[in-house]
Amino acid sequence: MDDAILKLSGVSRSFGDFTAVDDVTLEIRAGSITGLIGPNGAGKSTLFNVIAGELAPSSGSVSLSGTDVSRLPPDQRFALGLGRTFQIPRPFARMSVLENVMLAPLQQTGETLLGAVFSKARIREQEEAIRSRALEVLDFLTLRPVSDQPAGKISGGQMKLLELARVLMGDPRLILLDEPAAGVNPALTEVLIEKIEELNRGGKTFLIIEHDMDFVMRHCDPVIALAEGKVVFQGTSAEAQSNPVLLDAYLGAPVDA
Amino acid sequence: MIGVISYLVFFTTVAAILGIAVLGLNLQWGNTGLFNGGVVASFGAGAYGTLILGGAPQESQLGGFELFYPLALLGGMAAAGILAWAVGRLTLRLRHDYLAIATFGVAVAFENVMRNATTITGGAQGIRGFERPFRQMLGDGFTYNLVFLIAVLVILCAVYIFLERLTVSPFGRLLRAIREDETAARSLGKSPDRVRLISFVTGSVIIGLAGGLYGTFYAFVSPQDVLPILTFQIWAMLIVGGAGNAKGALAGAFLIWGAWTFSGWALSRFAPVEAQLYTGSIQFVLIGMVIVGMLLWRPQGLFPERLIVSQPGRSREKTQAEGFT
Repeated sequence: MDDAILKLSGVSRSFGDFTAVDDVTLEIRAGSITGLIGPNGAGKSTLFNVIAGELAPSSGSVSLSGTDVSRLPPDQRFALGLGRTFQIPRPFARMSVLENVMLAPLQQTGETLLGAVFSKARIREQEEAIRSRALEVLDFLTLRPVSDQPAGKISGGQMKLLELARVLMGDPRLILLDEPAAGVNPALTEVLIEKIEELNRGGKTFLIIEHDMDFVMRHCDPVIALAEGKVVFQGTSAEAQSNPVLLDAYLGAPVDA
Repeated sequence: MIGVISYLVFFTTVAAILGIAVLGLNLQWGNTGLFNGGVVASFGAGAYGTLILGGAPQESQLGGFELFYPLALLGGMAAAGILAWAVGRLTLRLRHDYLAIATFGVAVAFENVMRNATTITGGAQGIRGFERPFRQMLGDGFTYNLVFLIAVLVILCAVYIFLERLTVSPFGRLLRAIREDETAARSLGKSPDRVRLISFVTGSVIIGLAGGLYGTFYAFVSPQDVLPILTFQIWAMLIVGGAGNAKGALAGAFLIWGAWTFSGWALSRFAPVEAQLYTGSIQFVLIGMVIVGMLLWRPQGLFPERLIVSQPGRSREKTQAEGFT
């Protein structure tokens, strides 16, 4: 289980003169729940967007399970097993929660113009399968009661769960979560953690950006810390808790520095 | 009495043809969120294409290929589709009002080309002498118009069914997802650029079909038929009816076309003689007020989009979603 599912070598990303991510080299171990921490403006979200393909790296390379994906757009990275959620949830607001989830599977016959109009029987079969899988996933993430609600009307925490539900429909191997606990009520956070750990036991790898140090120290191992675009720490969560630099920067001081 | 019925047939034909165009725009804007400000370019490409391909040869004018009518109509639709594909490749990277500005510009350029490319389009004179299908059998009178109306209604129904199937299919779901949030759709393995182009071209082909029927009905098309006002009229129909709802789009077409013709009649009848010159402009102002008023007070239209809960194999269950804007 110690082979790398994601490898970044020398990844940088600049916006004009500002270097948001500076020469980052790291590996994410398959089967881990890796935490990515750092103060606001450290470049965590930019790094996420580079990994997911939303932003191209200015230099360096990103490889997923040994495939160089540096130049691939996000949709192709999803097809290769990389799923991500967003810091501010992006539900398809005027679609039902169920439709949000049913959208995600790849290779749907009914998603082509001609297929949609002419392959009625085949679509019905696929839709039945997708629908029952979607309901399973919604059940798993406790969203079944709101499955017919417009996705823009559910709570912020439910939106975070919904984003995870959509991603799960693509059966990704690596899931990037951007601040899953931020702005979510504690009860739902507990649900989320429980589900993440259950999925992890089932073989899924997680890379999680989180400000909540308690969350990171309890549930993430290893931990990577970013500051001013550079990796300043990489190690186990036990090491992180005794690292003087980190203690000084995050653990001693108020967390949301 | 015959006069009234005859007028109603005429009115319904034009309203139904415009209704087809509104359905095409609804696919682009209502379902996909593409702000097409150049509706009239597709409409015109369909009309000119059909008449050039199906018309009789004219002196010192290219075209007049006298093609079998359905082929000419398909050719007009293809012309609208090819134009939309080229325009879409160039402009669909633009978003929102920028896309509207670019496509509006294309439509104005289209009108100018039609006005000046005399050897192809007849210039300001337009294309005349088009022989309407079955004219020899049905004559030019009421019978012809009635049969033509029935044909238009059949085509309207076919387009409506095609689009309704599309809307409830996974493809329709994909269009709505891209309308709602392109970044999220891309993160879930979808390719918005490709889908937006397909939607834009398909909608434009349908608008081109409406244009082809319009040209056939009048057996004539000129640059006066492809002025920007037609784009605004079709937009008003969609906004009043309700973007995202095909039934609403059709209701909007009949309502706005009714209001337009009625206001034209009322102004010419009751406006003082010295104001008669300006009645056309007053109609422009009225249509602008209708658009602005709807956007301010009822942006979802008279018949708002309904939330579709995907339930294959069962009768579709639709629930009115609260707070749609």
